[in-house]
Amino acid sequence: MQRTKHIRYPVVFLSLAAGVILFLILNVCIGSVKIPAADILASIGGKEVEQSRILWDIRMPRAMAAMILGGALGLSGYLLQTFFHNPIASPFVLGISSGAKMTVSLVMVFLMGRRFPVTSAMMIFAAFVGAMISMGFVLLMSRRIEQMSLLVVSGIMIGYICSAITELVVTFASDAEIVNLHNWSRGSFSGITWENVAVMAWVVAVTFIAVFLMTKPLSAYQLGEGYAKNMGVNIRLLRVLLVVLSSILSGCIVAFAGPISFVGIAVPHLVKSALNTAKPILMIPACFLGGSIFCLFCDLLARTMFAPTELGISTVTAIFGAPVVLWVMVQRKKERTA
Amino acid sequence: MSTYYFQTENMTVGYEKRPLIERITIGVEKGEIVTLIGPNGAGKSTVLKSIARQLALLGGTVWLDGRDVNAMSGTELSRNMAVVLTEKLRTELMTCEDVVATGRYPYTGRFGILSETDRMAVAEAMELVQVTYLRDQDFTRISDGQRQRVMLARCLCQEPEILILDEPTSYLDIKYKLEFLSILQEMRRKKKLTVIMSLHELELAVRVSDKILCIDGSRVDRFGAPEKVFTPGYLTRLFSITSGSYDEASESMELEPVKGEPKVFVIGGGGTGKQVYRRLQRQAVPFAAGILFPNDLDYPAAKALASRIIETGSFEPITEDKLQEARQVLDCCSQVICCKKEFGTLEQANRLLLEYAVRQRKEIVAEE
Repeated sequence: MQRTKHIRYPVVFLSLAAGVILFLILNVCIGSVKIPAADILASIGGKEVEQSRILWDIRMPRAMAAMILGGALGLSGYLLQTFFHNPIASPFVLGISSGAKMTVSLVMVFLMGRRFPVTSAMMIFAAFVGAMISMGFVLLMSRRIEQMSLLVVSGIMIGYICSAITELVVTFASDAEIVNLHNWSRGSFSGITWENVAVMAWVVAVTFIAVFLMTKPLSAYQLGEGYAKNMGVNIRLLRVLLVVLSSILSGCIVAFAGPISFVGIAVPHLVKSALNTAKPILMIPACFLGGSIFCLFCDLLARTMFAPTELGISTVTAIFGAPVVLWVMVQRKKERTA
Repeated sequence: MSTYYFQTENMTVGYEKRPLIERITIGVEKGEIVTLIGPNGAGKSTVLKSIARQLALLGGTVWLDGRDVNAMSGTELSRNMAVVLTEKLRTELMTCEDVVATGRYPYTGRFGILSETDRMAVAEAMELVQVTYLRDQDFTRISDGQRQRVMLARCLCQEPEILILDEPTSYLDIKYKLEFLSILQEMRRKKKLTVIMSLHELELAVRVSDKILCIDGSRVDRFGAPEKVFTPGYLTRLFSITSGSYDEASESMELEPVKGEPKVFVIGGGGTGKQVYRRLQRQAVPFAAGILFPNDLDYPAAKALASRIIETGSFEPITEDKLQEARQVLDCCSQVICCKKEFGTLEQANRLLLEYAVRQRKEIVAEE
């Protein structure tokens, strides 16, 4: 057992890291214009190549965004699953993404409509506020109801309410704005600039470090609150931190790429079964890497499957993510009956 | 300031500001084992949770070694106090060794990585509770009893000064119940570990506890040494036993007796009659038991189950009066069960009674 663990962890981490690099390269190479890997290396080396504009202005920031936001999605899913002790919690299921989407669309329509410059920081902030509103609502519900399934139902309901408000806003918005909103709300990594990438990299990096510093109390929290308390964990503070950090992550994702479904649920489970442990110290970095791979892969498909028409990223993540969720549910059932 | 090692001072406990038990003041010396007993829902868990800081106190103070428990930092508390709760430990893909290792939490660094000392402590605790063979098993896939023992190992490797255990023996079989309590005694002797726990098994509580705390739903009813607490008739009152009975002196419990005129006369004594009484109770046959001495092994069961009992003074010869009384009762019975093969010097009257029954042509059943 000890021995297999010693081999398993490095193998999983190395393959995850290799996967991220591989998909980064593929994402940059493949597209309506094919760019050979050698050209990319040359361009990074400072040489002028034919497609350097496509490479530097479009594909690279997009791939970076998919990597960073995908990692953030995986991580936020893991945090929420830990927080609620619920295997299918994720920002999308609990309505947190929809909450963020609602506030972002409000900001887009009201500010952009008035020709007010909207910065990415503002977008993140708006999305964060929306995420916190939904999260607050789910938390209120979770105080009253213990049952996991009902919690998920309440999250879905909140999601519907937020979507309805978003629709309402869209109905009264002008045409140009709707096009903007519509593209964004389907979820997409397109149109991301280097400035965006820099902002999200900062936000996600800081949050990631904060989460990583919480590995020890998180591992205690996993055992249940009673035992965590006895182990000296400040439960209230931990809960607040978890809520804030997962809301920042969800908010950041929604602000830049719109609501993306299923990555948050699927990735932690895939990673968990690969590692064969739920220890936060391993799960946190592994979920990040796993999320990156998942999103890079899905974005690649979204761009190329029906090129030149681009699919919404959620269309692809759902196709690959939903079966994972089903598999998780079946697996759980098996464990219970075993 | 407190004079005891562990003390509660006017501790009021309850949920959501509704006090359940008010003003509990008890003192415990270092190295003592204290057991909480009381009916279901009386508040044993509530008291334990409040002591362990799982529940906010509604009033009063808990002192541990002269310090206010509520003023301790989380780490400090966890180095002094370990708990086993009735709440199940949630685990995912954790081996029993992983679970025990979580007990080392207060001693590990920021990322909770185990040192060599920690690993040794884990292995030692598992060895002590005899769960080493479960080391690599998934915690969710072992039996409730095994899980309880793993939880004790987890507690012990936390190296606490005081243990708070909520019904720690509930899933254990008799072997492990005894072993569990032996470990507690051993820890007490070796490390002066103080234990506060709740037990449902009164016969265990009376053996292992230095002090017993009786809780009856709204107050602490009694607190003291077992011999002071378990006075005759007390438990029947504490638990409001209405069907059946519990005898403190013999620690035996019996079901409801069958009422009515005795149909069977049981001649017993020396432990031979007990099982016959119980069989008759199961068959709903009212019976008389005799002639018994109050210090006889059969006496508590007869007292609880027989609709008529003929008894005489302990260590005294049976008088002619008593024999006469027994004959009269026997006359009304259609059957006589004799559980004895030989009669001692002082119980010759029972032999005479048996001979009388033969003469009266009663149906005689000799119990093997």
